[in-house]
Amino acid sequence: MWGAGVLFRDFFRKTKYAILDTPGRLQSREQDVSIRCEECGELILLKDIEKNFKVCSKCGYHLKMTAQERLNVLLDRGSFEEYDKNLETVDVLKFPGYHEKLEASREVTGLREAVVTGKGEIEGNTVIICIMDPRFISASMGSVVGEKITRALEKAEEKKTPIIIFSASGGARMQEGMLSLMQMAKTSAAAARLNEDGVLYISVLTNPTTGGVTASFASLGDVIIAEPGALIGFAGPRVIEQTIRQKLPSGFQRAEFLLQHGLIDLIVERKDLRKVLSRMLVLHKKS
Amino acid sequence: MTNKLEFDKPINELEMKIKELQDFAEEKDINLDDEIKVLKERLYSFKKETYENLLPWQKAQVARYVERPSTRDYINLIFKDFIELHGDRCYGDDKAIIGGIALLDKRPVTVVGHQKGKDIKENVSYNFGMPHPEGYRKALRLMLQAEKFKRPVICFVDTPGAFPGIGAEERGQGEAIARNLMEMSRLKTPVLVIISGEGGSGGALALAVGDKIFMLEHAIYSVISPEGCASILWKDSSRAMEAASLLKLTAEDLLGFGVIDEILQEPLGGAHREPQEMAAKIKEVLIKCLAELEDTPVNELVKGRYEKFRKMGSYSIFEEGQLEILPRDK
Repeated sequence: MWGAGVLFRDFFRKTKYAILDTPGRLQSREQDVSIRCEECGELILLKDIEKNFKVCSKCGYHLKMTAQERLNVLLDRGSFEEYDKNLETVDVLKFPGYHEKLEASREVTGLREAVVTGKGEIEGNTVIICIMDPRFISASMGSVVGEKITRALEKAEEKKTPIIIFSASGGARMQEGMLSLMQMAKTSAAAARLNEDGVLYISVLTNPTTGGVTASFASLGDVIIAEPGALIGFAGPRVIEQTIRQKLPSGFQRAEFLLQHGLIDLIVERKDLRKVLSRMLVLHKKS
Repeated sequence: MTNKLEFDKPINELEMKIKELQDFAEEKDINLDDEIKVLKERLYSFKKETYENLLPWQKAQVARYVERPSTRDYINLIFKDFIELHGDRCYGDDKAIIGGIALLDKRPVTVVGHQKGKDIKENVSYNFGMPHPEGYRKALRLMLQAEKFKRPVICFVDTPGAFPGIGAEERGQGEAIARNLMEMSRLKTPVLVIISGEGGSGGALALAVGDKIFMLEHAIYSVISPEGCASILWKDSSRAMEAASLLKLTAEDLLGFGVIDEILQEPLGGAHREPQEMAAKIKEVLIKCLAELEDTPVNELVKGRYEKFRKMGSYSIFEEGQLEILPRDK
């Protein structure tokens, strides 16, 4: 027993160091049994946090989720059918380091790009769904992300199926230059068409949603939901601090701040999301 | 006196010399025509040499140059009977965006554009041409008004970007820009855009969704400022010159990408040397373009606008089944 205790403690200690070496990395590796909450520093066992939808049991902080994890907790089992898997990013500007960044992101995430789109069911209600994965170059929007989201919006319009987009993004992808910026216009135009056709679009803002994504489709939902504590804004806090040369008040650009300023409809805890989305879909069913 | 552009200095000196010589000849009543002619030829080749070979970073400097004509300058030079309209009917009047109704030739149009100042005082008042949400909402209000009264909309784009500040975030900077993109994409009236100076990211795009996008020869249009890009890439904003080349922000680059439709050549030595000439050129192009769009039914116009932006982007398609992105079942 004693021996096992030492081993157990050692195991823990090792894990702790590994995490300190890579702050901010949420990618869970097989050998890790626990992660630290970014907000309160609490050490949380992986098996607990997965049960708890990756929410810190101590402070309620919503840790970042991968696209796959979201699909797992959101959709009815086995209902997902992925769209547009075969779109490949092109390093059109031959931007320094971009190719390597793409390769590294693909390696880490197992994804081809920063958004996964497709069709699925939530408690039996069919939806088109887009989920941005913040691990993939900060889920910045380049041509492929813009194209996949536009196609999903067009599909929703064509099939008259509600669409839910989970945003998490650092904004337009610098490495693809102006073609990235134009994805803002493209996706917003697609959202406009959907809007005219009376098809429901629910935008779910997760931590963090900033820049060109906030300034395009993510702000155009019929209903805008945010996860608690999510950082949501146009300019990043660092840019604002540098511009106005003062410290930002605590809670600035957090979901609660946005709710207070009338910019979002509601904040929903992750554990309740599936239920709330399902109810919303039912409420929008045409009789 | 404002800071001159570094590469403009030899040109400025020569211009001054010619002026001196002309004044001298006039004052003393002597004929120096031959000498002046030689110098003028020299000046011409100087300007040509410099301005036909501007580096992207130099173009950025020309685009931002304080003596470059501003939206208000163009409004005064191109349109008649301009009446400025103010406010977003919600919060305030943002001076970083100017808008109103005017006559283009004999046709009433709505004009909207970013407004930069010529000196510190003006720039403080115009917030250096960096709008707040109320600026974008004013612009949208005027565009919807134009739609109602079937007036074409003409937008001038010249901004470092949307302002990053506390108030701007509190009032929904992101939403304001997004709303403009959405509404402009379906506005039932012709929308013509002129990227006249600095096209700074989303803050520029919020006035730049149109049927035809014109860009002045030395204007820039970029997803991020060269300084911002350099500081992200190399943690060193002084390497903006290199970043400017990487970002492909010149009119020529963007024409190649299909982001803009047409480049408007500037007078030799830049629009700031001959604002009247530049304005006359813009006026001619706008009149011609509106005449062309006149017969297009509004539904087709809106459809065409959608298709135009729909096409933008660059990606390739790989073989289905070659790579599984996600396991189908979890």
